[in-house]
Amino acid sequence: MSEPLIFEYQSVSRQGFVARSASESRLPADALRTDEPVLPRASELEVVRHFTRLSQLNFSIDTQFYPLGSCTMKYNPRICNRLAMLPQFLLRHPLGGVEHGQGYLQTMFELQEMLQVVTGMEAVSLTPMAGAQGEFAGVAMIQAYHAAQGDTERTQIIVPDAAHGTNPATATMCGCDVVEIFTGVDGDIDLEALRAVVGPQTAGIMLTNPSTLGVFERQIQEIAAIVHEAGGLLYYDGANLNAILGKTLPGDMGFDVIHMNLHKTFSTPHGGGGPGSGAVGVSKRLKPFLPVPFIQKKGDLYVWATEESCPQSIGRLSAFMGNSGVLLRAYIYMRMLGGQGMERVSDFAVLNANYLLHALQEAGFEIAFPERRATHEFIVSLKKEMRDTGVNAMDFAKALLDHGFHAPTTYFPTLVPECLLIEPTETESQHALDGFVAAMISIRKQAYTDPDKVKEAPLTLPVRRLDDVRAAKQPDLIWQPAENNTENTTAGS
Amino acid sequence: MSEVPDNFLYTKDHEWLDLDDDGVVTVGISDHAQEALGELVFVEAPQAGVIFANGDACAVVESVKAASDIYCPITGEITEVNAALEDEPELVNSSPYEAGWVFRIRPDDVTALNELMDAEAYETFLAELED
Amino acid sequence: MPFIPHTDTDIARMLQRAGISDISQLFDEIPVDLKIDGLEAIGPALSEAEIAQLMQQRARADGEPLCFMGAGAYEHYIPAAVWDIATRGEFYSAYTPYQAEASQGTLQVIYEFQTMIASLNGLDVSNASLYDGATAFAEACLMAVRANRKSKSKKILVSRLLSPVFRSVATTILQGQRIELVELPIRNGQTDIAALKNFVDEDFAAVAIQNPSFLGTLEDVDTLTDWAHEHGALVIGITNPMSLALLKAPGQWGTAGADIACGEGQPMGIPLSSGGPYVGYLVCRKAIMRQMPGRIVGRTVDIEGKPGFTLTLQAREQHIRRSKATSNICTNQGLIATAATIYMSLMGAEGLRQVAHSCNANTHMLVDALCALPGISQPFDTPLFHEGVVQLDRPVAGFLMELSRQGILGGYDLSADYPELGHALLVCATEQRSAADIASYVAAAGAALEVAV
Repeated sequence: MSEPLIFEYQSVSRQGFVARSASESRLPADALRTDEPVLPRASELEVVRHFTRLSQLNFSIDTQFYPLGSCTMKYNPRICNRLAMLPQFLLRHPLGGVEHGQGYLQTMFELQEMLQVVTGMEAVSLTPMAGAQGEFAGVAMIQAYHAAQGDTERTQIIVPDAAHGTNPATATMCGCDVVEIFTGVDGDIDLEALRAVVGPQTAGIMLTNPSTLGVFERQIQEIAAIVHEAGGLLYYDGANLNAILGKTLPGDMGFDVIHMNLHKTFSTPHGGGGPGSGAVGVSKRLKPFLPVPFIQKKGDLYVWATEESCPQSIGRLSAFMGNSGVLLRAYIYMRMLGGQGMERVSDFAVLNANYLLHALQEAGFEIAFPERRATHEFIVSLKKEMRDTGVNAMDFAKALLDHGFHAPTTYFPTLVPECLLIEPTETESQHALDGFVAAMISIRKQAYTDPDKVKEAPLTLPVRRLDDVRAAKQPDLIWQPAENNTENTTAGS
Repeated sequence: MSEVPDNFLYTKDHEWLDLDDDGVVTVGISDHAQEALGELVFVEAPQAGVIFANGDACAVVESVKAASDIYCPITGEITEVNAALEDEPELVNSSPYEAGWVFRIRPDDVTALNELMDAEAYETFLAELED
Repeated sequence: MPFIPHTDTDIARMLQRAGISDISQLFDEIPVDLKIDGLEAIGPALSEAEIAQLMQQRARADGEPLCFMGAGAYEHYIPAAVWDIATRGEFYSAYTPYQAEASQGTLQVIYEFQTMIASLNGLDVSNASLYDGATAFAEACLMAVRANRKSKSKKILVSRLLSPVFRSVATTILQGQRIELVELPIRNGQTDIAALKNFVDEDFAAVAIQNPSFLGTLEDVDTLTDWAHEHGALVIGITNPMSLALLKAPGQWGTAGADIACGEGQPMGIPLSSGGPYVGYLVCRKAIMRQMPGRIVGRTVDIEGKPGFTLTLQAREQHIRRSKATSNICTNQGLIATAATIYMSLMGAEGLRQVAHSCNANTHMLVDALCALPGISQPFDTPLFHEGVVQLDRPVAGFLMELSRQGILGGYDLSADYPELGHALLVCATEQRSAADIASYVAAAGAALEVAV
């Protein structure tokens, strides 16, 4: 199964998508390009077939189970897409006046309010375009807060070793120094280690709770007290919000700022890698620093809050207001769940994870923190399988693809050797989970009888394992027409 | 067990140093380090003429799955970089102590080399890491 | 309950297997005083039919004004096939292509995207896309500071004609790195070449030039590029991909060409949609590609020698380099890049040229007709691509409000961003505006101007 590059088609493109204008353009000759850009010359049917066939080479939630830890790959309801693509929403210019945007602005205002409720924060800005941008906004607000207090010595951000890579990368991008602290053997943070690093240099700490180890940080109130007493603030990475929706609030835990991954918890599509959406929520003391624009209600009118009304804002993070279309989808999903539906999200996300954990444990797989209650995800370590057979976590991941399952997250978090981080989400049935367990058992059986075969996986996908070393050493990042083809690349039709 | 030639000095960041007769030190990464990184796909070398202080990140070695800084093991001026690594970074894997050297540096103070580990001490250090 | 498939029997069986009797036990590690009693404030669930009704009402409330606004987001015709295919579940609900074997569709699309975007900009290498044009510019600045080995400067010389929001976003993102944007003044709707002499003694990591400029005008890109290179600075070109169907690509600017180009990909088949999701792009010369942030797709072979695609050069990225990554950026705008790739494939170079010509002609028609009205004039006649500046005899806000009452989105009020231009208005007529549309704007403008100031 493979599909040629779109550039290899040589037909007459369909033109005439646009009305021909009466007159020609009036551009000066010396401003014009003289070469022909490398763009396809394919018929409309060829284009449709090409991209349809390419889509068929993908795994997706609509076709496969994705037990992908830390990514919350739940069903993306079709209706959210349909309604976000109503013509008036698509045609609305981002700079259009509020008089032509009350429907959209009201919707965004209500989304801000709903996100405040589910996180227990004082205010929300929807503008960050992905989790990492939400993190940026959060750390920038923490810095702005300290600066406004005249506290310029606070330059350190504390990050646990199990944190997502974006956390330390964000802190650096904001100009902070990263201080790593270690996780205790039970999966909670080592409080003594934390006490040892906080001080007048501490700007804040970035935490995920439940952590990336799939357990709830039980000492979160002590952590909040230690950091606050030292004058630092607490940042909540909302990647794992699906586990606690309707059960507890980051605001109550003592967090000052949070980002939410709407493409995880609130089911907007991952789209093969974006667009995401990383709305931020803040406690009262960080409210003046929220990124603009956000939406306020003045009487009956919904209006923009901008730099003029928020002079202490950290500023803008996108040309307009973030990934609006994604925000619409999240709003639609949240309204369809309602308050009770949201509680059921975490009920069943956690039930599915704990069921799957026990089923795998009964089948003899090693669980990373067996004495702890799993949250919406958990870690299996294949250390023993690796030692006995040479088949490692990556081999299991590739073999799962042959069984029709997307691989779990592998080798993250790095502190558990040969790990699979597994998150089933609430939208999978018991039947789907049982199928996954059966596949894991079958792969392990093969690892002990015919390990080389497992190491060859995948065998049934469009390609076998790819040569990553060659890809990085001799980067082939764009297609180039063969030399003798250049005369073909003059204007089409 | 990885190879640790007797005649070199070593750092805790797994770099080796070899003081030449002309007073210039050749620097590379140890066999242990190249093994841990896997096949290298890129080496970002420093520019000749630049001065680094002990502990500065002065080069990067990249494999597909990892990237690691080389910290300048001694204060001084870079005199030469291994141009062969530009096209064949894998030399670091195949010949870490010879063809895979990374750069040469003229130390401000040669006696600073006395702080580093000899082969025996480095082997003990590696053994401790294993535990 | 929506989207949860479990029957009561399933639940009972699963609880038993997990060794508990009640779902609430699953949350027993959360400290009691942190537990909440549900989310009543969110309100009850709406059915699919109810939410459909609600959203249709909201959409209707927004209306559909006739759009003559550009200023960074443009209404172009989007062929039906673009979003029909982009929203197929296999694209829409796929994850980031970390498992390459299970993601060849997404990966090949991105490789094709990279090819088209790099070629339109006349440069060697593109990444898999960034959030939007403004953040792409910020990343371009960060990249230029890292890539310019001749200069240790953390200053970027930026034309005042670069989009004000691009400058504002970059300022937000760059402040942590202490990178400073220094403004180049303007004259007659272009960057003031004569003012360059004031900056010869300063060291800059890069010079940033937007062409066409925020005001729609064409810049003297050759002179600016050569000046930058003579002074040891890299050149960042900020482009509109639609204009590149006709205009000289950044790779061809001046003697040596720009080093980095970036921009907003929204004109390539992406709906206006209140500002997003759009798709930023970033392209560069091969020599500095390892300073590129974000995902990049490469073509390689599998163990049987068959061609295939994979994410590559990942050692630059946050999941490996953590605090030393080129950027904290984790995602790209995969789905939007997919739509843009389908759009460019359907249009081809000739289709894009038709649109670009048509936009240019329509905007000229609009500007000429408006300037024939008493009370409206043209502040400069610098060549333009598909936006133009007109000057009014009165404050723009009131004029636009009059037009809005007649269902016309009349353009972007420049008076806050460029007070030196007076009562200036930026207008745009894309290929979507017919001669009749333009005539209605002109008629409405005439009526609005008859109201006493």
